[in-house]
Amino acid sequence: MSLFFDILAGSLMAAGLIFFVGTVTGMLRFPDFYTRMHAGGKGDTLSTILILLGAAVHVSEDFFHDPIHQWGVLLVMVKILGIAAFLMLTSPTSTHALMRAGFEDAHETDETVVDKDQDGPSLEELQSRTWEERS
Amino acid sequence: MNGFILGVALFMLLLVGALLYRVCVGPTAIDRIVAVNAIGTKTTVLLVLIGLLFDDVGMFVDFAVAYGLLNFMGSLAAARYFQRSERRAEADLRHPLPIQSNGGDA
Repeated sequence: MSLFFDILAGSLMAAGLIFFVGTVTGMLRFPDFYTRMHAGGKGDTLSTILILLGAAVHVSEDFFHDPIHQWGVLLVMVKILGIAAFLMLTSPTSTHALMRAGFEDAHETDETVVDKDQDGPSLEELQSRTWEERS
Repeated sequence: MNGFILGVALFMLLLVGALLYRVCVGPTAIDRIVAVNAIGTKTTVLLVLIGLLFDDVGMFVDFAVAYGLLNFMGSLAAARYFQRSERRAEADLRHPLPIQSNGGDA
């Protein structure tokens, strides 16, 4: 039983680390602001949630093997899951707010990531619109 | 298992050190803020892992909750600070709010 929990927690943490490596690689190597934001926003959330789930599974092992401190362990587990749920709400929110701030600040895209043949308004036209025209 | 958790924590610390490159040389201010936000999120996780290593998760998980809340507030405040408000002011000039009247008492 203990081996089962160890393998589950270890694989969850390892998956989180893999996603964090992807996040860091993207944030260091991508060419412009929007693509860096893309890497940082998604991978950061997912890797955090995976590593916290691994920690919760590791803690929950004591829930079955330590009958004296059972309810304290359950409380800690619920708190860790609460952090994961909280980050699942707040991390996309702050990413959205920062992305909007960068968009308002008229950041430019790198030419290697823009599709020149697309229809519709360009990024500069979108950025020059006012708030009413955008909505 | 403790050795594995220590390895995970040290590897995360290494990657956070790599993210510090983006904080130092990031071409725009918001790049730096995004990197600092990611580092703060990872600090929350690192606090939980430190709690696991010290066999005292009950105390460290509260630190992690507080740090997560502060990190969220900080990034929202930074985003608001750097958001350009000129365009909103232009739109307000074109569609002004009705001036509040107090009934002529003043």
